[in-house]
Amino acid sequence: MSVTEESRTVVARRMPERAPSHGLVELPLVASRALIGVLARFSRSSLLGAGSIAFLIILVFVAIFADQIAPYGPLVADYTALIHPPSLAHLAGTDNLGRDALSRVIIGARTTLFVAFTSIAIGEAVGSAWGVISGYAGGRFDLLSQRFLDVLMAFPGVILALLLLVALSAGVDTIIIAIAVTRVPGTARVIRSVVLSVREMDFVTSARAIGASPARVMAFHVAPQVVAPLLVIFASGLGGAIFAEAALSFLGLGIPPPAPSWGNMLGGILVTSFNPPWWLVVVPGLAITFTILALNLFGDALRDYLDPKLRGRLQQ
Amino acid sequence: MRRYLLKRLLLAIPTIVGVTVLIFIVMRVLPGDPLAIIFGENTGIYVLTEEQLQASRRSLGLDKPLYAQYFAWMGDVLRGDFGRSFWRPDPVREIIVRRGAISAQIALMAVAISWVVGLPIGILSAVRRNSTLDYVSRFLVTLFMAVPSFWLGLTFILITVIFFTWKPPITVNYLWTDPLKNLQMTIGPAIAMGIGLGAFIARMNRTTLLEVIREDYVRTARAKGLTERVVILRHALKNSLLPVVTVSGLQLAGLLGGSVAVERAFGVPGLGTALVQAITERDWMVIQNLVLLYAVIFVFVNLAIDLAYGWIDPRVRYG
Repeated sequence: MSVTEESRTVVARRMPERAPSHGLVELPLVASRALIGVLARFSRSSLLGAGSIAFLIILVFVAIFADQIAPYGPLVADYTALIHPPSLAHLAGTDNLGRDALSRVIIGARTTLFVAFTSIAIGEAVGSAWGVISGYAGGRFDLLSQRFLDVLMAFPGVILALLLLVALSAGVDTIIIAIAVTRVPGTARVIRSVVLSVREMDFVTSARAIGASPARVMAFHVAPQVVAPLLVIFASGLGGAIFAEAALSFLGLGIPPPAPSWGNMLGGILVTSFNPPWWLVVVPGLAITFTILALNLFGDALRDYLDPKLRGRLQQ
Repeated sequence: MRRYLLKRLLLAIPTIVGVTVLIFIVMRVLPGDPLAIIFGENTGIYVLTEEQLQASRRSLGLDKPLYAQYFAWMGDVLRGDFGRSFWRPDPVREIIVRRGAISAQIALMAVAISWVVGLPIGILSAVRRNSTLDYVSRFLVTLFMAVPSFWLGLTFILITVIFFTWKPPITVNYLWTDPLKNLQMTIGPAIAMGIGLGAFIARMNRTTLLEVIREDYVRTARAKGLTERVVILRHALKNSLLPVVTVSGLQLAGLLGGSVAVERAFGVPGLGTALVQAITERDWMVIQNLVLLYAVIFVFVNLAIDLAYGWIDPRVRYG
């Protein structure tokens, strides 16, 4: 081995993270190893958090491969078994059209999770951008935007969501927008309060001093500081979004039938009978409850993991 | 104090006006003119000719320019006239009084239940920290915080129907006409909502009480030889109530509008049901005034919470 080759190996050994030129191929590997590391540390910090994240990961897999997992199609009607209680053929029973409740819950998971995730992603993105800009800009703009947020907060979110759903006609896109809108003011408030303290820190002042534009300071110096609280808001928001989707669909204004979602499965029962068969109440309800439970536990664990000091601020 | 109150009331005005402008614009910007929906070519039940449409528009005041409609509405509201429903003979004030009474009663009962259930659990959980009791109660609290209230309502109905062959009464009764029947109608929704709120209260109270117990004055109280009961209930509890009051107030504000889904689950004709009906029928007058009502309630409950702080914790000064 020549001297240069040896020194190269030493360098490579000393800087393991810096990948050689073909690093792009290894990037997913590095990223997934980092992710596993974070997950392992997170799991050690909280057993409940680990359990909930395992549940959520399984749930996401079930949602993605719903078509393969579900024993029946979501719309396949078995007219020989209308409103049948749970049996070996239909583990969670059937509804009034003879559709398999278990299959509908499994396929419904996809809709429910998709709606929750996208609506929260949109809502938090808008809300946090608003909070960062409002908190960083300060002055008259901040004052005006705060008053506008006051109005949005006093405006009942449910009503706004209902108005949007009725006016734009129920559908997956509309319900995503409706839920997203209700998330904006709360997020903007919390993020703004974080930004107000970040703004005064030395690294922000020094960034300004070397001539960074406001947009640059906000994007590269302030925004990274709000990631931790934002993640916590995101996790707890998902539970809220699942509840919102379920409630709106339950009212018949959310995901339009016959496509299954956990909420409209519950709503469908009331339409057809005053004396609901118990399995049709229990099965989708448990799906909603356990998912929200897992998300809440995950959110709590995440909050403790990221910053124990955040506790007070986010509980409001 | 008086200056503070005045300042807060003055600050509330732009918020409420903002809400009225927002709802007014939102309804007129979103597609779906009320007449077009009800009497339109393909959607409607009755089909009107163009002249008839214009005439009914005029009778509802929808032919005037937007700003004129807005100021007419505001003028009516200031005179205490909330207009009438587009499609029904009821004045909006009637709807608010009749249905609001039910929703408000359920909301108050739900908050009361949440305190009765939540506070003792929170206190016990904090005092017996890390005991079996604490673990069990924390498990239940976490579980019930995740249970959707309307689903709890459905399960409640299911259980009463299956095991007690009892159904909620279909007729509407008020507390002052038939208290017993009224309670039969309202207790279900109140429990369904109260338990979830109670879980939240218990958790909140446990956290804050644990913080308060560590404070010096609690140690002083113990050092004086007071019994644990007095230390917790007289000294510590009061100071741990601030966040609980905040949360309860906000919950109450939310509930006064009626939890739409829970009302639907029980078939209770509250404000929430009225609102959903109004929204699906594009009954602008009803929607506008109900939203205004919610905004006013929200603003005043917030003010009441802030005033309650001073009463619970005399150190709080208003500036």
